[in-house]
Amino acid sequence: MLRFGVVVFPGSNCDHDCFYAVQQFISEDVEFIWHKSHEIHDFDCIILPGGFSYGDYLRTGAIARFSPVIEQVQKFAESGKLVIGICNGFQILLECGLLPGAMLRNTSLRFICKYVNLKTVNEKTPFTSSIARDQVLNIPVAHGEGNYYIDPEGLADLKRNNQIVFQYCDEQGNVNDAANPNGSVENIAGICNKAGNVLGMMPHPERCCDPRLGSSDGLTIFQSIMKSLTVSQ
Amino acid sequence: MEFVANIVVTLKPSVLDPQGVTVKEALHSMDYHAVEDVRMGKFMELTIKADSEQQALDQAHEVCKRLLVNPVIETYTLNIKAQTGGAV
Repeated sequence: MLRFGVVVFPGSNCDHDCFYAVQQFISEDVEFIWHKSHEIHDFDCIILPGGFSYGDYLRTGAIARFSPVIEQVQKFAESGKLVIGICNGFQILLECGLLPGAMLRNTSLRFICKYVNLKTVNEKTPFTSSIARDQVLNIPVAHGEGNYYIDPEGLADLKRNNQIVFQYCDEQGNVNDAANPNGSVENIAGICNKAGNVLGMMPHPERCCDPRLGSSDGLTIFQSIMKSLTVSQ
Repeated sequence: MEFVANIVVTLKPSVLDPQGVTVKEALHSMDYHAVEDVRMGKFMELTIKADSEQQALDQAHEVCKRLLVNPVIETYTLNIKAQTGGAV
């Protein structure tokens, strides 16, 4: 059975949602990992959940990035294992350098909590293997600082290496300014590292796995993870 | 000896500052049209124990680079001076 770990920082608040989504729909073998852990063993996939680690003080994710567990997560990622950072988890991945770029305050200065549409522009990652290219997913966002920034050279790198995974779009899959909720460069909602085994995304797939909650599009991401891991085992 | 480092962190000029733009627009709506630009930032004051000013300065730059500033989007200025008034 595939083993998932959900890291818990002080201020994480989507940790239980991630745990529930995985346990109910993917694998019963899921465990919380306290952020002070110096060892993580035998996991197949680590999830950095959303929330407000350390109250978002200084910068989002900036302090969590120095939690002992992050060094372990870095080693885990370097060994080729799967790491997914959702919302605050994405911000932590940016701060610790596993993913390039940084987050700015939303251009509206508002905290945005709503369903958005995502275009899957890279279906070749382990996180999108069950999703068709250009498929539109309906997944909620909930953030005040999701305005993804990267300089022009960095953006060129992302494109060259096919690291852009999700872009905000309209219902028809058109990527345009009107569909950009927060001002992100190129409507970027999710990116992966060069190797493709680390994904960061602002939208919350764990919040829409159970069809009773209005959408189960988030489940496609967890199913992709399961499919990729099952194939590789 | 104790030194006080005053650190000002701002977004790089090349990075759009949504807060600064909003404050600038508010000032314009109040008829302060002479205000051409507003950049928001953070002010931090660190008290550092060190043997010399150079050592305190080096320490301050190091913590800026490691934690206080994200070089992808931010830049900083740093002033350091010896703590006056003596320790309690």
